[in-house]
Amino acid sequence: MLIKLIEAIGAFIEKPAEGIGRCMLLLYSVLKHIVKPPFEIRNIFKQMLEIGVNSLPVVLVTAIFTGMVLALQSYTGFKRFGAEGLVGSVVALSMTRELGPVLSALIVTGRAGAAMAAELGTMRVTEQIDALETLATNPVKYLIVPRFLSGAIMLPALTVVTDIIGIMGGYFVTVILLGASSKAYLRATWDFLKQQDIYNGLTKACFFGAAFALISCYKGFYAKGGAEGVGRATTGAVVVSSMTILISDYFLSAWLFK
Amino acid sequence: MIELIDIHKSFEGKDVLLGVNLKVEKGESVVVIGGSGSGKSVLLKHIIGLLKPDRGTVTVNSTDLSTLDEDGLNELRKKFGMLFQSSALFDSMKVWENVGFGLKRHTRLSDPEVKDMAVQKLKMVGLSGAEDLMPSELSGGMRKRVGLARAIAMEPEILLYDEPTTGLDPIMADAIDELIIKMREELKVTSVAITHDMKSAYKIADTIAMLYNGVIILTGTPEEIKNTSDPVVRQFIEGRAVGPIVVEGMGR
Repeated sequence: MLIKLIEAIGAFIEKPAEGIGRCMLLLYSVLKHIVKPPFEIRNIFKQMLEIGVNSLPVVLVTAIFTGMVLALQSYTGFKRFGAEGLVGSVVALSMTRELGPVLSALIVTGRAGAAMAAELGTMRVTEQIDALETLATNPVKYLIVPRFLSGAIMLPALTVVTDIIGIMGGYFVTVILLGASSKAYLRATWDFLKQQDIYNGLTKACFFGAAFALISCYKGFYAKGGAEGVGRATTGAVVVSSMTILISDYFLSAWLFK
Repeated sequence: MIELIDIHKSFEGKDVLLGVNLKVEKGESVVVIGGSGSGKSVLLKHIIGLLKPDRGTVTVNSTDLSTLDEDGLNELRKKFGMLFQSSALFDSMKVWENVGFGLKRHTRLSDPEVKDMAVQKLKMVGLSGAEDLMPSELSGGMRKRVGLARAIAMEPEILLYDEPTTGLDPIMADAIDELIIKMREELKVTSVAITHDMKSAYKIADTIAMLYNGVIILTGTPEEIKNTSDPVVRQFIEGRAVGPIVVEGMGR
């Protein structure tokens, strides 16, 4: 009975454990190739454009409405105990410490992570990755390093935009729509916001960016089984990246915001 | 030039190669024949180091591939060109960028120079004027020819062909065979092709080797293969469903 239970647990964790192991080996290979010339500058800029610049419209919309609803909910809630003066602080702290990095990461994962897994998966099943190797080109260096670096660089950049736009959304609702004092809102924003809040938020964003890019590339790179396999890789990339972002967010926050 | 000694390979417990021995001399054209799923592609991928054998040795120009690190293997791969069954063109790049990919990465040529060279190679395979098209705009035969132009772009010593005529109409298949012969004559390359198209095999091979049950069961000139009394090879070259090679759902 006990042996059967252990066997069942073993069978349950075998695949995820294998996946984590292979993903770590891929990470090692990526880190090794980042510092090894030639550097894929053109490819890195192409990916930065794809992950960062092309994600801007959707990130902007998300940021402004998140800031707005946060202000709206806080204002109406806090009014019950006369604390509506703290709305600016709540919006600023929530956006910089938590919502900016996490929402940007989830949105970019849904957009760019899915695209990465689908593109690399298609390249795998149509032998384009093998073709790269026969052309004396390391596919990790050529395909994955630029995506990994772009994820780690562009997600903090998007988070800065999300933070600013979110705070502006909060200002718009609190001051323009609900008629609170502009001066009081801005003072509440700046008085309680520390530089460390922003830095730590950006550190989380950098980690999320690297994580979603690595996981999405891993899923695509090892896809097999034709179109169905590419579909599975794409879904897996979004699900596993999102879970990783949400779970690691707790631990990173506990560590960074001690 | 190329030697495979006692190559064993299995995938997730399924044995594919069970001691393959094959020797290819410089300038020779060897065609490996065998049924679908017999491990022909796996064999070809061992020659260029895309797969590593579980046991056995692959040597190219007297270099044991297992002794090479990643850089060494990449250096060796510059001597190779490979035409894939599906052509494996990079679909995000134009035709000339596909053909010039190796040149762009491994030489100091400028983009216009790479394009000029790509256009020359495309002309060699009969595709003048296609350089600015995208792979999605090409027919199957054109894709194969672009794949071939890409394979010869770095002027390799060895060309590997994975099912070069599969999926093509008979006329286009013959045109590809003619191109393979032309490449050999003009570029003096050593070639290894895998196929189950016997017409193509007879046409392009100096030596034909039959892969069956994970080993090479017979090697000979096209004439010797045509006249063999080996029942397995006879069944394969005559394309009969009934015989020693058992097809699921068919009697012996």
